[in-house]
Amino acid sequence: MSLATLAGREVHVDGEGFMTEYDEWTEELASTLAANIGIELTDAHWDVIRFLRDDYRSQGETPTLRRVTTVGGIPTKDLFGLFPKKPAKKMSYIAGLPKPAGCV
Amino acid sequence: MKRLLVLGAGTAGTMVVNKLRPLLADDEWSITVVDQDDVHLYQPGLLFIPFGSHSPSGVVRPRRHQLKSGVDLVFGEIDLVRPDENEVRLADGRVLAYDQLVMATGTTPRPDQTPGMLGAEWRRSVFDFYTLDGAKALADKLATWEGGRLVVHITEMPIKCPPAPLEFAFLADSFFAERGMRDRVEITFVTPLDGAFTKPVASRMLNGMLEQRDIKIEPDFYIERVDDEAKKLVSYDEREIPFDLLVTVPLNMGADYVARSGMGDELNYVPVDKQTFQSASWDNVFAIGDASDVPTSKAGSVAHFAVDVFTGNFLRHIRGEEMTERFDGHANCFVESGGGKAMLIDFNYDQEPVPGKFPIPVIGPMTLLAERRVNHWGKLAFKWIYWHALLPGRRLPVPTSMSMTGKEVTDTTEIEKEKV
Repeated sequence: MSLATLAGREVHVDGEGFMTEYDEWTEELASTLAANIGIELTDAHWDVIRFLRDDYRSQGETPTLRRVTTVGGIPTKDLFGLFPKKPAKKMSYIAGLPKPAGCV
Repeated sequence: MKRLLVLGAGTAGTMVVNKLRPLLADDEWSITVVDQDDVHLYQPGLLFIPFGSHSPSGVVRPRRHQLKSGVDLVFGEIDLVRPDENEVRLADGRVLAYDQLVMATGTTPRPDQTPGMLGAEWRRSVFDFYTLDGAKALADKLATWEGGRLVVHITEMPIKCPPAPLEFAFLADSFFAERGMRDRVEITFVTPLDGAFTKPVASRMLNGMLEQRDIKIEPDFYIERVDDEAKKLVSYDEREIPFDLLVTVPLNMGADYVARSGMGDELNYVPVDKQTFQSASWDNVFAIGDASDVPTSKAGSVAHFAVDVFTGNFLRHIRGEEMTERFDGHANCFVESGGGKAMLIDFNYDQEPVPGKFPIPVIGPMTLLAERRVNHWGKLAFKWIYWHALLPGRRLPVPTSMSMTGKEVTDTTEIEKEKV
């Protein structure tokens, strides 16, 4: 774990640059994180990010793609359109959450 | 008389009842286990059946013969759990009441969940090997297959025994080489993960092993459908992978009654405390083995370590005491690498697999994260251990919690630092 400066603020990140403190995240930081990986946030991106933030707060875990689709109601195809190639990783990176655990 | 009801007489359920029966007085506790049939399958044996090296009959035994006396076995299909009424309804209308419930109904491959998978090509050019029928059908296919594009595919994580598809690819490489036809087979390993495995050190090593064997890897592939007419896999981001022979691991899901009972997550796994297996919602309900949502591998070794922790905790729980033992997520998997060798990996919630020795630190005799003949023998010997020591609930000479002694822990930050 280390400190990184994002949008002029110091935040905690892991070895891959994922933010590790839920409460350090702000909407402004999300735009910076998105820009880091070449994504410009639209309303459709924000729907996903807000679902991720809310679901993490209630479940304590980053939702998987399947959960975003079945519980969040956002088709998997759209997730690949919004966050190309690696949606699970990219959406959690922007939402300031750990990447989904599911892979064990 | 109090009633302990266990759903599922597979690896986890059988160990639970066999461990608890001698510890619970016969005149105080009845123990009943429910399953839909009398066939206990030795699942680690399935991997070898497609290559003709295990006989299909050697991997099944009657469930009833694995249970200690004093355990009642009820055959029936589970319709519903009513956790607020402390009862389980079977499809034929029978109702089983309980004081404590353990859900151990595992996880099942569901080819019906991916469009096109169960189409006209199912068991013709599209196969699974996680079921006895599938493994046998694939053995028949491989015996006469003349070569072409073999695609080994994982639909979605989590799956039970996560290294098994990799092992299948390694064994296939050996199998075709031994038959003098390796040059006529192109093997591709297709995975939703970003590499061969989930944990960085093991993944790096396994990627190298795929490369050495000329097995191509197609990572980050999230399947949308099987196009069974054109014989290709199609992903959500519209990549296509053609195949002549597809060996897939279908989506794995917990039992449907879990969903009907409103007790599961989106894959029908039961949310439980990851250290005690107690349900998040009902304090007399536990889920153990593959049926739970704990974030470690779905595997028999995990169920074994989990049951060791659960047993002591359960006795405290029914005395009204706090459950003090904590499961660390310990998993231990043999990974067959072909040519009579295997790797062994050992990990838990916090520590990824690293090199070392097992089961005795420094001494072994088995070596972690390296290909060795002794590891392969260990895997074969495990079948005997499974029927004669593991299921009966005997204590095995392996530690429940993972040991870090003698292990080579490297800083994995560098490996993890690849771009998002």
